[in-house]
This record gives sequence, structure tokens and C-alpha cells, in this order.
Amino acid sequence: MSAIKIKLRENDLQQLKEVCSSFNNEAGELINVLHKAQSIFGYLPAEVQEVIAKELNVSVAKVYGVVTFYSFFTMVPRGRHPISICTGTACYVRGAEKVLDEFKRILKVPVGEATPDGKFSITGLRCVGACGLAPVVLVGDKTYGRVAPDGVKEILKEYEDK
Amino acid sequence: MSENIKQIRVALRNCGFINPESIDEYIAADGYEALGRVLTEKTPEEATKEIIDSGLRGRGGGGFPTGVKWDIARKVESDQKYVVCNADEGDPGAFMDRSILEGDPHSVIEAMAINGYCIGADKGLVYIRAEYPLAIERLKTALDQAREYGLLGEDIFGTGFNFDIEIRYGAGAFVCGEETALINSMEGHRGEPTFKPPFPAQSGYLGKPTNVNNVETFANIPVIFNKGAEWFASIGTEKSTGTKVFALAGKINNVGLIEVPMGTTLREVIFEIGGGIKDGKKFKSVQTGGPSGGCLTEKHLDTPIDFDNLLESGSMMGSGGMIVMDEDDCMVSVARFYLDFTVEESCGKCTPCRVGNKRLYELLDIISKGNGSNNDLDKLRNLGEVIIDTSLCGLGQTSPNPVLSTMDNFWDEYLAHVEDQRCPAGQCKDLIRYEVIEENCVGCTACARNCPVNCISGERKEIHHIDQSLCIKCGACFEKCRFNAISVS
Repeated sequence: MSAIKIKLRENDLQQLKEVCSSFNNEAGELINVLHKAQSIFGYLPAEVQEVIAKELNVSVAKVYGVVTFYSFFTMVPRGRHPISICTGTACYVRGAEKVLDEFKRILKVPVGEATPDGKFSITGLRCVGACGLAPVVLVGDKTYGRVAPDGVKEILKEYEDK
Repeated sequence: MSENIKQIRVALRNCGFINPESIDEYIAADGYEALGRVLTEKTPEEATKEIIDSGLRGRGGGGFPTGVKWDIARKVESDQKYVVCNADEGDPGAFMDRSILEGDPHSVIEAMAINGYCIGADKGLVYIRAEYPLAIERLKTALDQAREYGLLGEDIFGTGFNFDIEIRYGAGAFVCGEETALINSMEGHRGEPTFKPPFPAQSGYLGKPTNVNNVETFANIPVIFNKGAEWFASIGTEKSTGTKVFALAGKINNVGLIEVPMGTTLREVIFEIGGGIKDGKKFKSVQTGGPSGGCLTEKHLDTPIDFDNLLESGSMMGSGGMIVMDEDDCMVSVARFYLDFTVEESCGKCTPCRVGNKRLYELLDIISKGNGSNNDLDKLRNLGEVIIDTSLCGLGQTSPNPVLSTMDNFWDEYLAHVEDQRCPAGQCKDLIRYEVIEENCVGCTACARNCPVNCISGERKEIHHIDQSLCIKCGACFEKCRFNAISVS
């Protein structure tokens, strides 16, 4: 499992238990519980999965299996400004790969990781359904359309002091 | 959507015309009339027959006759049945389901309730991608409004029929578009498919008979009851009735959603409605059916689009994504791109898909780097055919299509990569070189200023040079040069 070890604070633990009980601690609600948990913690470290497994009365392996199956769930923390580059087909033929390369080159991190200062992280994303704007980049919730490699610096500049 | 006589709006009839957050506007546009009439005037059997007569086939990709599917679920005896709407639009390049849910959510709710009545289910579930926050919000608003108006809940229209809908969220897995995988995911498991039979109509969600249809399929249902099965069947072709929504994207002038009668040709779609290829380039290929489909060429342009013709041409309808490619797109890299997708999205349950696609990807990677042999091309085809024959679910059974169809239609391009180590489209990084054409270079420095790795040297007004050892082949110099002084070879 993840190399990052964290210790859950008491109120985090309480919050997590409340999430589970809001779904009646039902094993069938595992995916909904994980969505909620990830929106609270930003990611799903092993410790969070262990608590959920216990609350829903399923094995940790089952929870881990589900977390690693779906690309929406992550076990590593994302940056404060997570950058998602759409790599769907429409974006691909309009040059998304070059845009992705440019982000990797400037930020010096591979896909799936965050910068050492925790500011940015890069992920590839499969189609946000905004193919008319291809290639598309999301920073947090903000969408940038028709991004060219030489526009990457501009985008990052917006987050200079944030 | 541009006004064009070739286009007919059936599934998208309300999108953009009514306020999706107002149930009153939907009702003013004949909304919930079909539900009312079905509940008060028709038996479940009669209503199901209407759908069978309309000839409607599943718009999610498979093209299975919707009415027949309902009829199977209707005939199974059970104390509890479910209606599921598949809104897990995972096919990259397709966004019609998102548009319908964002623009006309009530049409899906109404259709699900009709479906519930026909098969004898009182519970519906919408399985929707978490990547579509606006669609989720609008759907929630619509569900609340429908409950408030008594169009969902107990004793709908005073007929004693009960029906309500819940939302379930996907978490980013393409395979969950497959109905058995989707059901597993709704139950909180990994989204792995299971063998069919038993079909979901016999044993689906929580082991109960379940009917799964896609968003666009549902959006067609109320119109069929309002205007009649005969009217619906009069649109389109004999075996593929009605219209289909396509998402036009890629190197085309007019991107976006279009809705045309089945049987419209690719030429009409791409050149008349789509306005032709961007920047006056030459049309090369159109990819339909997403990662399960194939790449069609010039010779297919006049084929009428329907489920069967597309299959025959080596592609498929899929959910309706259409990615147009021009002369600058390399078909080997396109095939590799799709395989990369499939390898990542394969759930890993069956060996042909898990291992076979990985090997296909590796072969394509070798070829695109100029290290492939003719023997690799043979292997590519054989392996592709084995994966199609032996995979468990629709994902593996169709994943080699992009490879096989590009091999069928662009064999020369594969040969060029293998025999001459050349990429005719100039896209495969390992096979190309950017060079300065000395007689054209005026020394404007545009290339040097835009080079991200500073590998171009030269004084102002003097001929520039590219240091090949540092060049990352990004193509920035080629794009920025206004004097045609950069060549790709």
C-alpha cells in the first residue's frame, strides 16, 4: 500500500465514521462512501481505507481493490492546484500530448505526482465531454480550452501567488 | 447546432429550447404526456409492443432492439425489478449523454418511469460519471421537481403505479459502460463484467431482473409514444430506425453535436454539416465507435450510416463519437493511442484482454519507433483476431478494432513504418527530424525564441541551425516559422 503513513486526527476519524453511518454502514454504498471521503481528505490513504473497511464490515483488501480499480480515486495527495490534461481522442488529435509534455517539462514532475512544494500535480484525464474546446486542461475546477503548448506558461502564471 | 435540413431533432428535441431546471417548461413541451397516456391507456404489454414496433435500437453502442430487451425483462417473474439508466459516458470524444442530461433531464426521468411500468419495476437508478457535475446537479433538481409534482413517487396519476429514481456515481472506469460491470459497480464492487447469460434482464442489480438502457435511448422513448411507433419507424433506414446523435470532433470546422436520420452518409455529416476539414487540409479518416470502433476512409464516405453498415465496414456505431482526422495524423499512432487507452481501462479479469492488449500495444510501440518487422505485422493481426474471439466482454471483443481497421485501410502506412522506417504523416517522434531549409531561412529568430529546449542557434538575419541531439521534436519551430523554412522528414 501507499508509502505515505498518516495518523488520522480524532475529529477526522469522527467525520469519517459519520460519513459511513450516513450511508447506513452498508457495504453496497462503498463507492459513495469513498467519493465523500476523498472530497474530505483530498485522497484516500491506507489509514482512511482501514477505517472505512471496519465501519462497513468488509475486508481492507476489498476496499483497496475498489480504490485502485477506479481512476477517480487516488492514494497519493494531489497538489493544491491539481492540473488535469484531457487525453481523450478529440484532444489527442488536437495536440494534447504536446501540452502534457510541456506541463511535465516545466513542472518537472511525472504524471500522477505533485510538485515537491505541493502546489501542482499533473494527471491525465479521459474526456470531460468538452471536445469542442480540444485540447482541454482543467486546473482545479477551472477549464481552459484550446490550449497550445506555448500557452502553458500563461496558465501556470495565474497561480503564481496562490 | 446549425440549422440544416439534414438534421432532425428527436433525442435532442428540447436541448437548448427549454430551461432544463424548469419542469413546467418540459410539461409545456408535451412532457410527461407520454407517461400519463401509457399509465392510463395502455397495458405494460401494449406499451412494450409500441417500442418493439418503433424498431428503436440501443444507442449506447450495441444496437440491441430496445423493445425486445424490455419484453424479456417484463416476462421474468420477480417480486422486485429495476430500471437502470447508463449515464457512464466513458467513450472519449462522445458527449451526447451529458448534453441530454444537462439540457433535458426530464425526458430521461419520464422514459425510465415508462420503462418501470412496462417491466414491472418500481425503482430506477441512474449510474452517472462523477466527471459530469453539472449533469448530476440538473438531474437532482429534475428528480426533486418530478417528486413534487407527483410524477415520481407513489400512486402516479392516480393509477396505483409507484416509481422512484436514485442516483449512483461512477468513479472513472470505462469498462463500467458494459452492463454487467455497471451493475457490479452499483453494488459497490470493482466494475468487472460477468459472463452472460444470465443476462441482467434475468439476474441483474442485487440479483433481480434489471433493464439497462443508455441515456440517448431513453430520451427517444417519450417521443415514440407521443408521435407513434409508425412515425418513428418512418425516419432512418429499415433496420436502423430513428435518428442518431453524433459528436463531431477532431480536425473538423464545425465541432459539436448533430442529430441526423439513420442512413445519412458520412460525407453529408463531415462535409455538409461539419463544414469540412479544418485549415483546408485533406480528409484522411474518421474514427467512429470510440476505442471499440475503427477508422473509416474516403471509400466509406458514401456509405449510409447505420448499425449494420458500420459493423460491415469494420467499425461500429458505438455511442456516436466521430473523430475526424486529416493528412497530418499517423494511423499507427492513432491505433497505439487507442490501445494505450484499452490497456489502461482493461479490468484485468480475463487473460486475452489483460495480456493480449498489452502485447498489441507493445508491438505498435515497436513499429512506431521504426523497429518493427513484417513478422510483427503478422503477429499484430493474429493476436488481434484471437483477442476478439476469446475475450469475456465487449471491451476486449472490440478493442483490436482500431488496429485491424487501420491495418485494412492504411496498410501502406504500416509498411512505411516497418520497411522504410518512415512515418508518412510526420508524427512518430522517433522517425522524424526537423531541419532548417537554408535557402528559405531569413533569420527572423522566431523558431529559436519558441524552442522550449533552446536547441536552435543562429544570429538575427542569419541562417539558423537545429541541434539534433537536444531536439525533443515538439514541432514548435515548424508551427512558428512563417517562411516555410523548417522541414519535417
